[in-house]
Amino acid sequence: MTDATVVLVLLGLGTYALKAAGPVLIGGRALPVWISRLADLAPAALLAALIVSSTAVTNAELTFDARIVGLIAAGVALRLKAPFVVVIVIAAAATALTRSLR
Amino acid sequence: MSPVPPPVRRRILLRSLSIALAATPFGLTFGAIGRASGLSLFETIAFSAFVFTGSAQFAAVAILGTGGAIAAAVSAGLLLNLRSLAFGILLAPDLRGPLWWRALVSQLVIDESTAVATTEAESAARRWGFLAAGLAVFALWNGSTILGAVLFSTGGDVILRWGLDATIPAAFLGLLWPRMSEPSHRRVALTGAVIAFALTPFTPPGVNVVAAIGAVLLGARR
Repeated sequence: MTDATVVLVLLGLGTYALKAAGPVLIGGRALPVWISRLADLAPAALLAALIVSSTAVTNAELTFDARIVGLIAAGVALRLKAPFVVVIVIAAAATALTRSLR
Repeated sequence: MSPVPPPVRRRILLRSLSIALAATPFGLTFGAIGRASGLSLFETIAFSAFVFTGSAQFAAVAILGTGGAIAAAVSAGLLLNLRSLAFGILLAPDLRGPLWWRALVSQLVIDESTAVATTEAESAARRWGFLAAGLAVFALWNGSTILGAVLFSTGGDVILRWGLDATIPAAFLGLLWPRMSEPSHRRVALTGAVIAFALTPFTPPGVNVVAAIGAVLLGARR
């Protein structure tokens, strides 16, 4: 089995367990407050970390390339309340344009 | 259970369809990035059907693509999906039915189905919204993954030329953006970014992302 298949199976099973815990096991009861607070905040930290690693990391090293221009363009588009799809297209276009200029 | 009135159904269907369409370029990109990261056609397609949570799929494949460890890819994906646990519990009261049915529809617990369901007031409408959005996104997400994986299987050159590699950070930014108006989330996000950035030269790929979860303690302490 390739690494990707192992990740696929483990992540698939783990994710399903997280999704199904509420509907299958718990029924109507709520989480303890401190757990739901952590689960609520976790995406903010992880999404920010993923922005860093998908923008500035290539082969485990810090790299700075045209993706940064795309990310800045996406930020401007979000600021101007552009729809999600438009934001993604703008990021790709800005990055492609920057690469074509070099 | 009271039936869902036709106007409510129409509203839910429209929302579900547009939110599913918004996920489509993502699915195309995931298909392309999956192949570019060295996954087989089958693995790429199976990721979307079996894992079925966009950000965790991207995280896992991004870590795999940069030569990261299996444990790092799985734990980053699972940490990112901790919210699925909260979503499932949030939706649980409206998902009444036999055990096999609840187990089956659990796969549809995602950001979009939770968002569409929780905007409805009536329990029957929430259940309907959950199913409509979940099924619409599942169909278009997997369809676009297959398309992306097949069309872009030529790999990295097309992705670089079209700037497709920038769509991933842009999408993460788009998901993060609504949270940034809340000070506790903003503080946690900035700390997470700093941790990830600072650790990159010193840790295996993906470990920096997992370590960034520590930023959560900062926001929860108050």
